[in-house]
Amino acid sequence: MSPSVRRAAIALGLVAVAALVPFIGLHLPWILPSTVNVVNSTGTLEVLALSFVFAGVALGYDVIFGYTGLLSLGPVMYFATGVYVFDITLTHWNWPLASALVATFAVSLVLAILLGAIALRVSGIAFTMVTLAFAQAFYYLVEDNPHGLTGGDTGLALYSSRLPAFLSGAVSNTRNLYWIALGFLVVSYAVVWLVTESETGHVLVAIRENERRLEVLGIRPFRYKLAAYTLSSLVATGGGVAYILLIGTAVPSAVASVTVTLSILVMVVLGGAGTRWGAVTGAVIYVYLQQYLLKVAAEPSFATLPAFLRVPLSQPQFLLGLIFVLFVLFVPGGIAGVVTRRRLRSAARLFDATSAVPTTIPMEEP
Amino acid sequence: MTNALEVSDLHVTLAGSHVLQGISLNVPVGGVTALLGRNGVGKTTTLRALLGLVASTGAISVLGTDVRGWATHRIVRLGVGYVPEDRDVFAGLTVAENLRLAERIEAPRYDDVYAIFPELRERSGQRAGTMSGGQQQMVSIARALLNGWPLLLIDEPSKGLAPRLVGELADALARVATLATVLLVEQNLALVRRLAQRIIVLDHGEVVHTGDAQELDDPDLAKRFLGVSGVK
Amino acid sequence: MNVFLALTFSGIALGAIYFLAASGLSLIYGLMDILNFAHGLFMTLGAYVAWDVASHLPTSWGAPLLFSIAVVASIIGGALAAGLTEVLLIRPLYGRPVSQILVTIGLDLAVVGLLLGGFGSNSLSIPVPLWLIEASRVGGLDLPNSNFVALVAGVVILVALELFLHRTRYGITIRAGVENRDMVSALGINVGRAFTLVFVIGGAMAGLAGLLYAVVFSGDLISPTQGDSLLIFAFIVVVIGGLGSIRGSAVAALVVGLVQDYTNFYLGSHSGMAEIGNLSVVLLLALVLEWRPRGLFGSTL
Repeated sequence: MSPSVRRAAIALGLVAVAALVPFIGLHLPWILPSTVNVVNSTGTLEVLALSFVFAGVALGYDVIFGYTGLLSLGPVMYFATGVYVFDITLTHWNWPLASALVATFAVSLVLAILLGAIALRVSGIAFTMVTLAFAQAFYYLVEDNPHGLTGGDTGLALYSSRLPAFLSGAVSNTRNLYWIALGFLVVSYAVVWLVTESETGHVLVAIRENERRLEVLGIRPFRYKLAAYTLSSLVATGGGVAYILLIGTAVPSAVASVTVTLSILVMVVLGGAGTRWGAVTGAVIYVYLQQYLLKVAAEPSFATLPAFLRVPLSQPQFLLGLIFVLFVLFVPGGIAGVVTRRRLRSAARLFDATSAVPTTIPMEEP
Repeated sequence: MTNALEVSDLHVTLAGSHVLQGISLNVPVGGVTALLGRNGVGKTTTLRALLGLVASTGAISVLGTDVRGWATHRIVRLGVGYVPEDRDVFAGLTVAENLRLAERIEAPRYDDVYAIFPELRERSGQRAGTMSGGQQQMVSIARALLNGWPLLLIDEPSKGLAPRLVGELADALARVATLATVLLVEQNLALVRRLAQRIIVLDHGEVVHTGDAQELDDPDLAKRFLGVSGVK
Repeated sequence: MNVFLALTFSGIALGAIYFLAASGLSLIYGLMDILNFAHGLFMTLGAYVAWDVASHLPTSWGAPLLFSIAVVASIIGGALAAGLTEVLLIRPLYGRPVSQILVTIGLDLAVVGLLLGGFGSNSLSIPVPLWLIEASRVGGLDLPNSNFVALVAGVVILVALELFLHRTRYGITIRAGVENRDMVSALGINVGRAFTLVFVIGGAMAGLAGLLYAVVFSGDLISPTQGDSLLIFAFIVVVIGGLGSIRGSAVAALVVGLVQDYTNFYLGSHSGMAEIGNLSVVLLLALVLEWRPRGLFGSTL
């Protein structure tokens, strides 16, 4: 079996297992992120579904950050576009589902091309700051509750008679929503896989490695960068749609603030920037840890811990931030970097090669 | 110590391209050694690698000390003055500030500097960015001279200067050469022939020839290695 | 007209605080190419250290003395936090600019999380002298005394920074390093020391900015996320002013403070426009970048 066929088989197997999780009524103490220690409990399925949503978004973000090497701080804007346009068209305007979906992606596409073209006029740190400023402007806009559309800080619940019953936020439908989230992840993976393995994908990596050399070859990087930016934005929008279906309420601090962008960035770096499964792994671990730590902190025995342990451990943001710092300092390639290096090393032993193992870290100049 | 510089098997990779592919060379104490070669063969990169400004592998000994892995400022403090390509004066700083930053010893040799470049004394309050190319070159060389250091690395000092100024520069560099050992990167072969005693020729990231400066009178050598028939 | 003048005054005071926050960021970026996300944290920590010190001293010392001590504590707290950050987290990552940015993001997340855990998301109150809450009558206008304090702090720091950068050897080294870091080390100077120094200076100014923002614009209240929301505006000021330029930061801070203050007052009362002041600042950034991608003052100090 060739490596790519084997990899595809492993991926399909994982998807099949994930798809069957809602049927597994296994009792598992300790490790589940929900207080009910059953694998297919509503709580666990919701956490898993949320991790699939962010895994998809992280994959899309990896195209612009990990593959193309552009540190954008704007992905939350497109995620929020997915959440709010979908929610508003259904809840306020009672559009049919298909029209709502088309409108959501159309708005996202126009925004991405327009703002991407402006932001990509500058490069490096300035690009990072401009994307951050745009995303922040979007956050202020949403928080302002213009014409009562977004609900501002009180939030906007998704409610529409046009929404098919099996997709409504009711607890009994968690299983369906879980499969939707999984479906979103599979589609994102397929799209990102197709793009990054294509000719375009190679150009994106070349932009990361040495943009000037491309210009010498007569390739204009701008179009490719804009394409990567737009693709990652559309994937984030898809994630926003899946999110609002799953969670049912849009609150600016949870779906539009810069914290969301930073979480996505942390996921990608933890997993390993510039690798597809790294982004997925990072996102799943991040969401799982976040929810699991919250569950632990809520247990009665936790309150008996001394303050110097209880205070830091009660804050997932502290622990995840700390893990992130340690990864940046000591594991720069992320989880994927560790595994790949180990695999290369064992391969080197197998062929009795004495040559040095490449330890290239994405994005870094020597 | 008979060699001011000893380099063996120096490799440098920049943005994915293997710029220096195992350079080995020695620069004896005293006089001027010229580092020659076509554009883009790695002359500037060699100087930058010697100073630790780009990452490299291989052995480098500066003034008798093994400096592998050293930070730039430590290598410089062994006694190395550097006059970079394009001069790299601090444009927003005055001449006096440029020189003040270069002071590394208790009693900087302003006398030596002003003896060679009297003009700098008058212009000490001027912002370096407002000066002509030739004047900026003076500031750049003066910074390297100020500490009376035994080794100078000078990168294409005549680049971008009017022909009239190149003559004055040559006079100044001849006086500089009486004060220190010089490794000179230069494209102007007339200047090289006037100043240098030895030549080292690079091509495609490797040393292809080492010899006496008089060999430059051989038109064949100039043509073969330097792509010029620049012998007048 | 009186309203306009009073608005202008408070806009300038806001600009003074933005300047304190942004000039350090700008120096750090100019010298080290680091977008320092932990700068907001330095502001927050400055305010919390000030609060902690002031609330542990006997109230009998009187509010004026306690507040003066709090000011000094905020400066020292910010400087210490920044110095430690540079030495422990930034230094091991020299030559890896993206990782340096990421590590400041992680630090900010972690320590803000710790503050949230330790103090909750509720605001804490800084003890201030009564005089600071009052207003003075100047030329027929009632101007808040706290705005004067911000203004004086901004001017004093600007002058001190300019003197430091132009009259001292370290200052000259920093200006030279912003232009060309490699050439500074090629003159035999340990640039790493300058790196730590700009972090310490930037952190000191950030700490003071964090305390002053709480006192002048936030009703003496501090919270763990205050610095992070200020940071966004500090970033915008730095980009508009031109990365690495102190004078650019000063001018841009004034412009941003005034624009925000005017638009907030004249347009913010309309329904659904409560955030118009913040939005207009982002719009300003987009316009400036379209017109001058390198900011108002390019990249010289």
